[in-house]
Amino acid sequence: MHGFKLLAASSLVAVIGLAPSHGLANDELVEMQKNPKNWVMPLGNYAGTRYSELDQINKGNVGDLQVAWTFSTGVLRGHEGGPLVIDGVMYIHAPFPNTVFALDLNEDGRMIWKYEPKQDPNVIPVMCCDTVNRGVAYADGTIFLHQADTTVVALDAKTGEVKWSVKNGDPSKGETGTAAPLVAGDKVLIGNSGGEFGVQGHLTAYNISDGSIAWRAYSIGPDDMTLLDPENTTHLGEPVGADSGTATWEGDQWKLGGGTTWGWTTYDPELNLIYYGSGNPGTWNPVQRPGDNRWSMTIFARDLDTGTAKWVYQMTPHDEWDFDGVNEMMLVDQEIDGEMRKTLVHPDRNGFAYTLDRETGELLVAKKYDPVVNWATEVDMETGRPQVVADYSTGQQGEDVNTQGICPAALGTKDQQPSTYSPKTGLFYIPTNHVCMDYEPFQVSYTAGQPYVGATLSMYPAPDSHGGLGNFIAWDATKGEIVWSKPEPFSVWSGALATAGDVVFYGTLEGYLKAVDPETGDELFKFKTPSGIIGNVNTYEHDGKQYVAILSGIGGWAGIGLAAGLTESTAGLGAVGAYESLANYTNLGGQLTVFALPSS
Amino acid sequence: MRLWTMAVAGLGGAALALSLSALTANAQESDWEEKPYIIEDGKVDYGTYNGYRRYHNTCHVCHGPDALGSSFAPSLKDSLKTMSYTDFLEVVTNGRQAKRSGNQDSVMPSFAENGDVMLYIDHIYAYLKARSDDAVGRGRPERLPPEEDVVFQEWKESQ
Repeated sequence: MHGFKLLAASSLVAVIGLAPSHGLANDELVEMQKNPKNWVMPLGNYAGTRYSELDQINKGNVGDLQVAWTFSTGVLRGHEGGPLVIDGVMYIHAPFPNTVFALDLNEDGRMIWKYEPKQDPNVIPVMCCDTVNRGVAYADGTIFLHQADTTVVALDAKTGEVKWSVKNGDPSKGETGTAAPLVAGDKVLIGNSGGEFGVQGHLTAYNISDGSIAWRAYSIGPDDMTLLDPENTTHLGEPVGADSGTATWEGDQWKLGGGTTWGWTTYDPELNLIYYGSGNPGTWNPVQRPGDNRWSMTIFARDLDTGTAKWVYQMTPHDEWDFDGVNEMMLVDQEIDGEMRKTLVHPDRNGFAYTLDRETGELLVAKKYDPVVNWATEVDMETGRPQVVADYSTGQQGEDVNTQGICPAALGTKDQQPSTYSPKTGLFYIPTNHVCMDYEPFQVSYTAGQPYVGATLSMYPAPDSHGGLGNFIAWDATKGEIVWSKPEPFSVWSGALATAGDVVFYGTLEGYLKAVDPETGDELFKFKTPSGIIGNVNTYEHDGKQYVAILSGIGGWAGIGLAAGLTESTAGLGAVGAYESLANYTNLGGQLTVFALPSS
Repeated sequence: MRLWTMAVAGLGGAALALSLSALTANAQESDWEEKPYIIEDGKVDYGTYNGYRRYHNTCHVCHGPDALGSSFAPSLKDSLKTMSYTDFLEVVTNGRQAKRSGNQDSVMPSFAENGDVMLYIDHIYAYLKARSDDAVGRGRPERLPPEEDVVFQEWKESQ
């Protein structure tokens, strides 16, 4: 393992204060997310830190962890997301057909109820990267499920009975559902998928009582669609101006503009702002869509009640690499240059990790979190623009030209797999990809419901490095520095978990659940589950005992590219290390594995 | 001369236009279906090359990189060993549904209205057949120089 730099964990840090100031149902959730015995939302809490105060399992005893019980979802394909735990009941979900199970923790996961929606299987081939689903949400005695076919359904948490059901989009146009809902206030927030089909990205707030729409905010379009206020919505402190969501597009191209919202949403109850990012613009061929393509690849801060954006920040104007901006937005207060700031920390697909003031949208830190990132030299802190390197600009190299050696690959330095943050060390623990690519854009035509991609890519392990496809890193978001980096043979596609027991957990594509030391990255425990892990680790307490739970089930984007084995080293690039196919390590299968310390 | 790009798309029509006998045309079609690619010194014709690109634009998200298959769709490198051109065209045009292991739905959509597929369907077939025959390896194939590439010359004239 590489110990790049050890940082004294001295920076002043605190998870955001969570005094409720708005909303109805979320008063309950604001309290519930503070109870470490439960795990009430996919990212653990509104701040998205995936941190638990539980410390029964700790650095000293984590090596003794054993499997307590297991459960098969009965579904193959990729299992993203993870379980919720609420007062003795675990709720887990599966990829298509999106089965939901309520499991009784008093009886090692006996099924209390099971819900399996009937969905038209024609939605399967319009899901870009496997039929994944990133989890369910809970509020007010209700479980909210966002199905592949975009149906949003409210289930009685006790019985699994349907309370209401609405349709969020049209799968025949390529609109699908993969993102986990977030309940904030009296609303459930739903993002859409379909960026490879030229759909229009939007985030929709439904009233949790009856499923009626409170507001819908498009990423791209005129102001009445984007809910941007020309005078009061700012981009790096400046008003965005009228119709900023169409002004940087040619003609009607914004109507195929993408900017889907399939990642994670977080919430600051004090500011009453929600945070999320938008994905790639239209086709992957940048030559076909000149301009900055606002507001694709953008962080949005919106008022929960109205949906109006307070600020936006576009990380990758005029994308040329498929660097979706949808990764998690972690809300942590940190000291920067001697001053405590309410920050938002976002490790982006484009290889830069951003620290912003989440109240104003001011850009504080933007640094590479993998040293191999080469498509841009740096982010200009005045304009917020990445300084693009012409050799790696697929637009400047042009159509029908194979631009080689771009780092990171379209997979990003990380994808949606959520990071974790420990207030004890003040560090973020980030699962990453260490993969580069060749990218050739070419002309495509749009047909509704058909792929609208327009590029051919090949991916390979980062050249002149350790030969692996991933790293698990510790990141100082106040300085923008890697503290340590632990190489992995495959991309780390699992959501991480940090605990007060001084342990950080994550899963690997071979199927290992691993525990490492937050200070050094030293491995403390590993166990090989039946299938590769692309799910997110959680922890909870039941009957006085702490448990750690993880969904296995290889698939997702990793399952497409990696299950078949990536292209070997590309001629002229000198990629090192023989790459062995993931298929030699693991096989399909959806399973939950629950760990605990042995009974004394 | 061989009509690499047009013989099958026109189902013989193009060949007849060149006043070849029906017998010869049929023989050529059969040849094309068996070996729809040209490879000289490891370099491929434009059709095979464009097929590589178009395959990785649309098909690879399910059928995997380099036609190797994925966790949810079969390897076309294998399928094309037994699948005829006609059957290939039929499935791409109309799609099909099947149950795979574990009673899971497998859905191939119809690409009939997708110009990015149907305009280049013979190129995609050529690439997949070359993969299936182990005539081209993984990754991006190297192209023949345009002046030596009859397929490219025909393609350009047809545009």
